[in-house]
Amino acid sequence: MAVAPNMRSSWPRVWAGIAGAAGAAVLLLVLVFGLHRDPGAIPSPLIGRQAPEFVLPLFDGGTLATPALRGRVVVVNFWASWCVPACYEEAPHLQRIWDRYRDRGLTVVGVNIQDQDRLARDFIARFGLTFPNGVDRLGTISIDYGVYGVPETFLVDRKGRIVHKYAGAVTEEMLVSEIEPLLADADGASP
Amino acid sequence: MMAMLGFLSLMLAVGCAAGGLVTLLAGHRLRHDPARAAWGRAAAAGLFAGVTLAVVMMEAALIGFDFSIRYVAANVNRATPLLFRVAGLWGALEGSILLWAWILAALTLLVAVKYRGRHPDLIPSVLTVLFGIALFFVGVMVGPANPFARLPVVPPDGRGLNPLLQNHLLMAIHPPLLYVGYVGLSIPYAFAMGTLLSGQHRDEWMTLTRRWTLVAWTSLTAGLLLGARWSYDVLGWGGYWAWDPVENAAFMPWLVATAFIHSSMVQERRRLLRIWNVSLVILAFLLTIFGTFLTRSGILASVHSFTQSLIGPVFVAFLGLVMVASLLALLARLPQIRDEGWLDSPLSREAMMLLNNVVLLTMAFTIFVGTIFPLIVEAATGAKVTVGPPFFNRLFVPLGIVLLMVMGLGTALRWGRSGAEEMRKLGWLIGITLLTVTALGFAGIRGAGLVALGAVCFVTVAQVGEYVRGALARRAATSESFPVALRSLFALNRQRYYGYLTHLGLAIVITGIVGSQSGRIEVQRQLLVGQAMQVGGYTLRLDGLVALPGADKLVVAAPVAVFSGNSTALAGSPGSPGALDILRPSENFYRQARTPVPTPAVRSTWRQDLYVVLMAFDPAAQSAVLRAVVTPLVSWIWVGGTIMVIAGVLAGWPSHPT
Amino acid sequence: MAHRHNDRAWRTGVALLIAVTLLAAGIAAAKDPEARAQAIAAQLRCPVCQNESVADSPSELAAQMRTLIRAKVAAGETDQQIVDYFVSKYGEWILLEPPRRGPLWIVWLAPAVALLGGAYLAFAYLRRSMVGREVGTLKR
Repeated sequence: MAVAPNMRSSWPRVWAGIAGAAGAAVLLLVLVFGLHRDPGAIPSPLIGRQAPEFVLPLFDGGTLATPALRGRVVVVNFWASWCVPACYEEAPHLQRIWDRYRDRGLTVVGVNIQDQDRLARDFIARFGLTFPNGVDRLGTISIDYGVYGVPETFLVDRKGRIVHKYAGAVTEEMLVSEIEPLLADADGASP
Repeated sequence: MMAMLGFLSLMLAVGCAAGGLVTLLAGHRLRHDPARAAWGRAAAAGLFAGVTLAVVMMEAALIGFDFSIRYVAANVNRATPLLFRVAGLWGALEGSILLWAWILAALTLLVAVKYRGRHPDLIPSVLTVLFGIALFFVGVMVGPANPFARLPVVPPDGRGLNPLLQNHLLMAIHPPLLYVGYVGLSIPYAFAMGTLLSGQHRDEWMTLTRRWTLVAWTSLTAGLLLGARWSYDVLGWGGYWAWDPVENAAFMPWLVATAFIHSSMVQERRRLLRIWNVSLVILAFLLTIFGTFLTRSGILASVHSFTQSLIGPVFVAFLGLVMVASLLALLARLPQIRDEGWLDSPLSREAMMLLNNVVLLTMAFTIFVGTIFPLIVEAATGAKVTVGPPFFNRLFVPLGIVLLMVMGLGTALRWGRSGAEEMRKLGWLIGITLLTVTALGFAGIRGAGLVALGAVCFVTVAQVGEYVRGALARRAATSESFPVALRSLFALNRQRYYGYLTHLGLAIVITGIVGSQSGRIEVQRQLLVGQAMQVGGYTLRLDGLVALPGADKLVVAAPVAVFSGNSTALAGSPGSPGALDILRPSENFYRQARTPVPTPAVRSTWRQDLYVVLMAFDPAAQSAVLRAVVTPLVSWIWVGGTIMVIAGVLAGWPSHPT
Repeated sequence: MAHRHNDRAWRTGVALLIAVTLLAAGIAAAKDPEARAQAIAAQLRCPVCQNESVADSPSELAAQMRTLIRAKVAAGETDQQIVDYFVSKYGEWILLEPPRRGPLWIVWLAPAVALLGGAYLAFAYLRRSMVGREVGTLKR
């Protein structure tokens, strides 16, 4: 058990030095990596999967059932009237997308969450939104879509698969670049 | 104007820190050089003066609403009360770095003055290290985290402090205490590093820094305690500790400092653990930097709150620099600081302190791993995982129990080698503990709670036993009465007997934690005015909704009458006598925040707390959503923690030579 | 001789400590639906909060999640099914403690390795220091 002092002097020193330096280097690398990522960006496990079905009671009466939309490209937008400024920024863009593509097989669906009925209706009136818009009172739809905050927007292809998720405000340009190939793709393919 | 002056004084501080560093480094080879020592002191004074002036300017700007300064505009608005304008200094990143630098400058000056003419071969090296650290902090402020940065356009009003911070008086003292603790740990670090740099000493630094370390530890303890209290009083979930990165960042250095306080005694007595102690002090200091980095760089921020700033990379660089420098210094001097003493027996107090170090360090390591593990996983696989409270709670239960066992054993055993007397003592201890555990078991306590309470009992009896034995021995020797003998024990050996008091305080804290974790009852319900709800032996009746406009906020309170017993007959009879209490939970609407901040109302007794939160209300319908939590033994945490802090203060209080 | 005696005491102590730890780790109990829902909510991270569980968060999303959990408990789903549902929607990120499988075991085992490794090192150090005592006594 007794180790000669001169043997103990150099080797543990070298090893301790190497171990310490390696540990420090790994830690620093991890921290540097950590600084270069966005802690808010959490990938959705739903991408590529079948979009959850739902039945949405609409603000202007009636309901919307997603199976009826099969064969169309669908933009599902989760929003709230208190979501300033992102929801206010994107609302006109969503309306333009609806105007532009509704006849080419695209539907925009607004899902209002965590909100008050009157404020939500004011919001719709303010932006003159004409696409189907309804309220998810219990939050079951938003949880089904794994929604974190508002706004979040999901892009669903003609086969009902989620192809893209946007966290934060969307713009017309962002959506157009994704929507065009989806519409074109399915135009040629058999339904 | 103030921004200008403030920035200039920061420049002065940078100059002094750099000057001091260079002078002392250049003079490193020439020991016993009084002129250089005098320059070092002057630089320390200049550093302190510069940072103090900057603090004064910043406070003047905060108090005087100088919204041309970005920091002021971001953290104060015209409705912010004076106290929170003053406290705005530590409300955000740049200000808290300024506070940090200020405390560090004060400590540097204190070291320079206090040890003037003493230890001439050590103190210049110590000051060199302190200047190096100070240079980083003041340097950061003239660079990426300039507290005096100005806005191109002066806004008419500022945004105001985060309302969670403005909603409680503790905010005014909790951060400074924590920072005194953090920065205080750089003193033992500077002394240890100075020792390595000068290559002259081996054990002196420890004796010299004993009181500094104790002050830092006590401040950290108080800071953690007040942080827990703030969390309980403000956040409205009925808990006091959430393993939040901010809390973890303070808890890790506390654990390591606690380990050091114990192992330093082993070094003083046995000339052992020298390398270990230097490593602990380095680790504690690194953890304070790491903790500041974690909480201030935005690296662990949650969803939708991402901010990119240069602070992160700068702190990583400094962390790396400190690690490399410390490691090199330690390795270079390794042969000189090898142990000279020996241990007599594993059945000794020093052996238990060694084990206590193992457990405390494992705890710190657990938090560390849990904190950076999500980063490692993401770096390696791209997947996101969470390491949250259930993980830490699960692991800290067994670790805490082991720690208590070691604490009890360490108190019962003696230095050197324990003999028959200690074995008898242990027999008694184990006997009493087993009896208590049996009694508690019959009282219906089960599982981990039972084991933990058994360990608490073991620790408590061990400490009380020491007091009783010591006082009895003293009474026999001096014919003092028992209480007098007990009191003179504290005067004779403060470190030891206040140390036991800290252990007792911790035992009380842990009892509170066990109680509050195991017996919590929670109910959430919507009530109309006049309706009642039951929670854990109380009946609560909503008696109304009251709006109270204040200067900086609108308060909506819901008076709730509390009755004991599960009676439903109370509904609809306002003002009925027999109410135990009227609680007024409220929601506070600050103009700088969209969502209201709740202020819970608490009825606290030694047995349990009734904690009522107003979650939502509807004035039209005269209804409110109340959340009521009954938690056993919460107040024990505050009592035990206060005892720990008081014991720390008294143990470190300057003693008068008798 | 005294040396060996101490060793034995030492090992007994270590064994005792381990036994106590294991005892503390093993706890389970049957629960009513509300407690089950509460326990499930406590395992899930509130998506819109800073480091809060679904059980503790006052946010509306967390409240809706709690309602959904209660509904699923009432509908007869098992705890595992309910937790799996949330993982399928939000990813493993939503679990407040990392699942114990594959490489994620590392974070669970690291503290144990540290504790046992540390104890071993302390033990080795003690033995070495006690050898030093014999040398020291001789020198005296």
